Amino acid sequence: MEGLFSLEAWEKVWTFRSTFLLGLLNSGRMALFALLLSLVLGIIFGLMATSSKKILRGISRVYVELIQNTPLVLQLCFLYYALAFSGNSMGIIATGTISLGVYHGAYMSEVVRAGIGSIPKGQFEAADSQGFNYIGKMYYVILPQSIKIILPPMANQVVNLIKNTSCLYIIGGADLISVTYSFVTGATTGGAYAPAYLVSGLLFFIVCFPLSTLASTWENSLKKRESRTVETQNTLAEGMVAKQ
Amino acid sequence: MNTLDNSLSMLGNPTVLSYLLSGIAFTLIISMVAVAIGLLLGSILALVRNYCNSKRTRIFKWLATAYIEIFRNTPLLLWIFICLVFFPVPEALSKKMFGLTSVEVKLLFKGSMALILFTSSVIAEIVRGGLNSVAHGQFEAGHSQGFSTVQIMIYIVLPQAYRNIVPTLLSQVITTIKDSSYLANIAVIELMSRVKTLLSAANRYNGTGSINVSDVFVLFGFAALIYFVINFLLSSLVRYIQKHPRIPKATTRTS
Repeated sequence: MEGLFSLEAWEKVWTFRSTFLLGLLNSGRMALFALLLSLVLGIIFGLMATSSKKILRGISRVYVELIQNTPLVLQLCFLYYALAFSGNSMGIIATGTISLGVYHGAYMSEVVRAGIGSIPKGQFEAADSQGFNYIGKMYYVILPQSIKIILPPMANQVVNLIKNTSCLYIIGGADLISVTYSFVTGATTGGAYAPAYLVSGLLFFIVCFPLSTLASTWENSLKKRESRTVETQNTLAEGMVAKQ
Repeated sequence: MNTLDNSLSMLGNPTVLSYLLSGIAFTLIISMVAVAIGLLLGSILALVRNYCNSKRTRIFKWLATAYIEIFRNTPLLLWIFICLVFFPVPEALSKKMFGLTSVEVKLLFKGSMALILFTSSVIAEIVRGGLNSVAHGQFEAGHSQGFSTVQIMIYIVLPQAYRNIVPTLLSQVITTIKDSSYLANIAVIELMSRVKTLLSAANRYNGTGSINVSDVFVLFGFAALIYFVINFLLSSLVRYIQKHPRIPKATTRTS
């Protein structure tokens, strides 16, 4: 645990605090844009997965399976090197944002699909019978009901997305973890391992912990409410049987 | 511009192929070991977090909770770097084995430890979900039959909990196989890092004397195919199990 209790090492981290803040800023900005991209992709492919057209369902399935079954690090390297060796490199951060967005878009799509799939079929039929078109049906009837099922796993995905910004290291990234690592191994700044890792771990924890706690609390309250509804329905059913 | 055939010829090279195949083997072994040990550690953590509620043992509950939350909310790569610096390697492991140099063995050990520590926190939460799905009546039934708390855990609660989480655990195997590619960052010998090493040496193998875009496609495409085949088989298995549950529903909590 060299350096954890040495004042000198902590001072070194404090002197270079702007480096850590820059890393945090890069990670945060990348996570934000990747989140937007993944939300767009997730909603599009999630809706495609629940559509009645077989070809749309197929396209969505292929996207999800291809992305979910290969590692993010591989996808990122693939994109980065393919662009670099063909001579149209577009920068580390942009490449990272795109591959993070595409990767988590597949997970978001599954979340959206599960959310819409959990709505009883009667709701779709009811909306159709009232003359809603597809967009109206989704916007006014289906999505408001599925949003509470969608949000908790989506928050978990956001946590994963923030953690996954660290994958940028493999292409020489500028995110918080890469910055920390080059700080502790740098020629002039090196050595302050424990304080530097502690600081960058803490920064991640501060961002991720509230989100993941919120997600699990949400999920638990949802489960409780669900089991209560089942109970009420059972009691109602029993009451009806008794009346008969 | 047509260098695709040259790039494809790399995969026919026996040296390259055996290099890649042993990378695949290491990826699988590292992931399996991480999940196996992670399941053991994770079960202990989950039991402690769920059931150490008395005043004397509450400190262990807090420790387990802290462990789980800290590892779940920080990136794996951070733990890989931390283990790289701080994790002690036993004497017995700092020598040549499995056809690796002693440095590679040390890296492999440290990287695997990071993966195990990280995976155990995720599995702990999965096991906890399984434990919570066991109906409370099962505990009361066990107590009424004269079982002690430990016996109830071993003979009644844990078997049911494990059966309930088989699909989730299999999904975690997929995640761990994917996560093991993070070890490429510190040059642990697994599939991803081997592909990356091959790419930087592609000019020596493809016969054109330079690294081309087609090399990227062939090498990373090959790795992607391998990962895809393994993970797709696993995820198909998960879907099959979910569609054909062999678990009688009566023991899971319904109300």
